[in-house]
Amino acid sequence: MDTITRSSEFWGGVKGEIPILLGVAPFGMLYGALAIKSGLGIIPSQSMSLIVFAGSAQFIAVQLLGAGASSLVILLAIFVINLRHALYSASVAPYIQHLKPIWKVVLAYLLTDEAYAVAITHFQQDEETPYRHWYLFGTGITLWSCWQTSTALGIFIGARLPTDFPLAFVLPLTFIALVVPVLRERATVAAAISASLAGVALAALPYNTGLLLAAALGILVGMWVEGRKA
Amino acid sequence: MNLWLLMLLGGVITFTIRFSFIFLIGRVAMPNWFMRAMRFVPAAVLSAITLPAIVRTPPGNIDLTFHNPQWISGMLAVLVAWRTRSILWTVGSGLAVYLLLLGLQQFLLTR
Repeated sequence: MDTITRSSEFWGGVKGEIPILLGVAPFGMLYGALAIKSGLGIIPSQSMSLIVFAGSAQFIAVQLLGAGASSLVILLAIFVINLRHALYSASVAPYIQHLKPIWKVVLAYLLTDEAYAVAITHFQQDEETPYRHWYLFGTGITLWSCWQTSTALGIFIGARLPTDFPLAFVLPLTFIALVVPVLRERATVAAAISASLAGVALAALPYNTGLLLAAALGILVGMWVEGRKA
Repeated sequence: MNLWLLMLLGGVITFTIRFSFIFLIGRVAMPNWFMRAMRFVPAAVLSAITLPAIVRTPPGNIDLTFHNPQWISGMLAVLVAWRTRSILWTVGSGLAVYLLLLGLQQFLLTR
């Protein structure tokens, strides 16, 4: 067996994150092009990716800015759209609670859907190592680099960017590839099925609130199924 | 509000949400049921993100027919993921079938 080191964990995270980048890069470019179209300017468009660093919230924010919405509405939208990250925060916290504050700050800044998805499914399936945070850091920094470069590309290409990218379909495909292997007990299967059906039913609700409700329902169903057999 | 202040506040809000429980857990004892609930987060959230992305076509309608290549290739990907547990096989086969169906659709539409 290979020995697990900081560097093997870090590069494991980088490698684990690479396939999903095919799906993320188109969104980064679309964001960059949309930000320019909304009249945001080159420097602010890129800075938003650095400061906010949250794909769907950035899309909504620049659209609202372009439509002349008030700052309060924009901030509220950012808050509600990103609320799901509180769940990610709670779910990775046990794995990194022994770390120094600076590590926690860095890993929190890098905690996006795609980095979380790759790291948590790895944590749930693989044996415990003392260097797990390096894996999460590897996924996070890889996604971060991709998001920054693809934003820049989108800003540069601007309106000449095509509007549909078949490769963006890699994103849901990778989520499938990550989730299915963690569905090993009845309770997790029940959580996944109920959450995905509720997600479809509530998809029309604004600002990802349907997603939040669907996730909450899935968690409750999972706990219920788990508690029933105990 | 100044654009830069707005972005800064947006960043602070996002960071605070992501930092929230990472900061709290370990400092404050969390109830047992809460930690149990959090083990279902990956399965629940990632599934709730994924299925709508597959069955809904752009204007937001649910389409479970042959006209929606995402749905066909997505279901195939679930099967492949279940049998192989391989990211490469799942994404590779799903994407190949998706692109094939898209191409077929284009071909039939332009004829």
